[in-house]
Amino acid sequence: MKNGEIAGHVASRRDETAGRRHDVLVIGGGNAALCAAISARRAGASVLVLEAAPQFYRGGNTRHTRNMRCAHDSATETLSGPYTEDEFWEDLKRVTQGRTDEELARHMIAQSKEMLTWIVDQGVRFQPSLGGTLSLGRTNSFFLGGGRAMLNALYATAEQLGVEIRYDAEVVGLEIENGMFLSATVKEQTGTSQVRAGALVAASGGFEANIDWLKQGWGEIAGNFLIRGTPYNRGTILRILIDNDIQQIGDVTQCHAVAIDARAPKFDGGIITRLDCVIYGIVVNKNCERFYDEGEDIWPKRYAIWGRLVAAQPDQIAYIIFDARSLELFMPSLFPPIKGDSIAELAGQLGLDPEKLTKTVATFNNAVQPGTFDPDNYDDCATAGLTPPKTHWARKIEQGPFYAYPVRPGITFTYLGVKVNKEARMIMSDGKPAANMFAAGEIMAGNVLGQGYAAGIGMTIGSVFGRAAGQGAAKHARN
Amino acid sequence: MHATSALAEADRLMTVCNSCRYCEGICAVFPAMEMRRAFSDGDLNYLANLCHGCSACYYDCQFSPPHEFNVNVPATMAKVRTESYEAYAWPGFLAPTFRRNGLVISIAACVSVFAFIVGFVALRDPSVLFGTHTGPGAFYKLMPHNTMAVLFGAAFLYAMIAIAMGIRNFWRDIGEPANTLTKATPLWQAIKDASSLRYLDGGGVGCMNDEDKPTDTRRIYHHLTFYGFLLCFAATTTATGYHYLLGLEAPYPWYDLPVLLGTLGGLGLVIGPIGLLRAKFQRDRELVEARSYGMDVGFLVMLLLTSITGLLLLVLRATPAMGMLLALHIGIVFALFITMPYGKFVHGFYRFLALVRYAKERSDAH
Repeated sequence: MKNGEIAGHVASRRDETAGRRHDVLVIGGGNAALCAAISARRAGASVLVLEAAPQFYRGGNTRHTRNMRCAHDSATETLSGPYTEDEFWEDLKRVTQGRTDEELARHMIAQSKEMLTWIVDQGVRFQPSLGGTLSLGRTNSFFLGGGRAMLNALYATAEQLGVEIRYDAEVVGLEIENGMFLSATVKEQTGTSQVRAGALVAASGGFEANIDWLKQGWGEIAGNFLIRGTPYNRGTILRILIDNDIQQIGDVTQCHAVAIDARAPKFDGGIITRLDCVIYGIVVNKNCERFYDEGEDIWPKRYAIWGRLVAAQPDQIAYIIFDARSLELFMPSLFPPIKGDSIAELAGQLGLDPEKLTKTVATFNNAVQPGTFDPDNYDDCATAGLTPPKTHWARKIEQGPFYAYPVRPGITFTYLGVKVNKEARMIMSDGKPAANMFAAGEIMAGNVLGQGYAAGIGMTIGSVFGRAAGQGAAKHARN
Repeated sequence: MHATSALAEADRLMTVCNSCRYCEGICAVFPAMEMRRAFSDGDLNYLANLCHGCSACYYDCQFSPPHEFNVNVPATMAKVRTESYEAYAWPGFLAPTFRRNGLVISIAACVSVFAFIVGFVALRDPSVLFGTHTGPGAFYKLMPHNTMAVLFGAAFLYAMIAIAMGIRNFWRDIGEPANTLTKATPLWQAIKDASSLRYLDGGGVGCMNDEDKPTDTRRIYHHLTFYGFLLCFAATTTATGYHYLLGLEAPYPWYDLPVLLGTLGGLGLVIGPIGLLRAKFQRDRELVEARSYGMDVGFLVMLLLTSITGLLLLVLRATPAMGMLLALHIGIVFALFITMPYGKFVHGFYRFLALVRYAKERSDAH
């Protein structure tokens, strides 16, 4: 022990000149980063969190989240019924159409059960599903006060445990040697410095705010995308890791993308720009043509396909058209719908060809078959002889005034990332696990999500792999 | 479209919040908001008075400033609320007193104290004011009990009438039928919610005042203030009963009910307002509504002065200081009474009534 003490003493003296050495360095400041920091600290490690954003914007996309999807065997105070591991797996398989790593995904789902209590132990509080989200009441646990409230609780816990947190601290370089992390270069207002640590947890999100990177996959059309979340996810760390021989997973065009109000700001518009009315109307592109079955499924199950659908349309814009009867069937959103007393007038307001839009609506109306409209369940209101068909909730658009929302692809988060194993340890390009580097959250979401999305899975990935990464990093650093 | 810019801003915010709903579990405001898709001035005044200013929603909000959506519900609701007090004031020509409330209260207090001192001197003689009086009826050597009772009875009656008229204006503005107030279930629910300050609790973890952690203590200090006030009120009522029904004249010995109630209440009314004033001074500047600041502070200081002078009077009642202290104490209490309908005091009535309406809306929705 004497030697160890002397070594420690020498080390601490060296730190005074070269900046203190921490056991674990966490890059990022969202759910995954904080779960990692807390679990590493609880395992006895000294932890430094470097968050690139200023304090108000801390937490990346977690700020905009509202729930996480965890398996559970019975109803709880806030969950209306059981959601088994198998059912979770089936849902994941369906939304990703099999593009997932079954072993890793099943491991995550099994671990998600414990997260329901673990995350509460870290100060986060749950509440029953929010008004207008009944369909998620059984599967998803909602944070009381939303994602920023969740973050506030995690930060308070981390601070209490003695985790050191620095804001406005952007990591711009990593020193990695043979799969071994040595130090990070941090840019702060005071200047640039080196930070050394025994282990690294990269939880710095994806690259959706880096439009140039998006363009590498999507082409120039990515310039028309809106970014629903943080402007700080520029993928700097992800790029450095891939350039340092960490195995890449996923493709650059895969992401969680929904159709959001085209009037939303370029970044950080969050939840309030979403529109839940697709199933009650028709969706046309700028040529007034329909392009997909709007009534394919209950809305939350398929909402995540519409971002890509709109991205494939000319100029990446589309319009949801509905009539007065549907106006109050869905959750309100930030911007009021655009209104016209006739379809032609509405088209004029939207800058569309009035004749064409009138014709599209008339063709749709003529194809609508009689049925009993039921806004909350699969009903028998469908079209006949129409391509593409509308298979549910097909009601004639005939009762003025008429309304429209313009929509654009809204990128929530990206899937291209670094490959990890069950411990959240990064995998090198030769297939070997990295010595002391772990990844959690959006930066490795592609391991579970090859494509598609179901509500709340991003937070599950963050919490489960964040906790694992923290534990693994602490264990490595303290050995 | 809206009567004031604060109401227009509240409308904008409720549209944002209604699209998000993350704060639904925090208090009553957001569930009440979700029952609506459009917000009239009456709706917004209702929601503003339902808001307890716990401020959890501000720190939980991803869109609060410096975000471009600039969502600051507590500050906006405070502004709307302050304006609503003015709009409901009766008689209408006294409504502007809400705008310079701190000043109005200070002047009222000075004039009352001065009037009582002059009154004591003019009615008796200066030696009485500085004399030592003990035993039953000692206070009434300075001012006959009946004079005191008539003065305070009239002031109290006026305050109650003015407040009742304000309540009527509020109830009409929010568009709630009168018979809601005859229903036992919502009334009882509102009594429970108000007496426990259920919604000054950030949804269960506590409120925020000056940081993102729920370290606020306003709920405790409000309890001390409110229940202290009630105990003091009970002390006065008991003493009045003693006087007229039992023929027992004040001052009463320290162990007698009016003094025990008054002392206990007085202590609450010292600690409570001090805690609330401290919280007010520490409050995050982003959350402070400048227009109501003077009113809030003025009311708390008046409560504090009431309790301090009352307790001093108890301690020094057998000394020559009694005359001046009595003038000071009843002068302040008189000022408190007559300014009640035109200051922070009214918040309790409007908030309670908003809770009654909320309880009714909740049960109707289920």
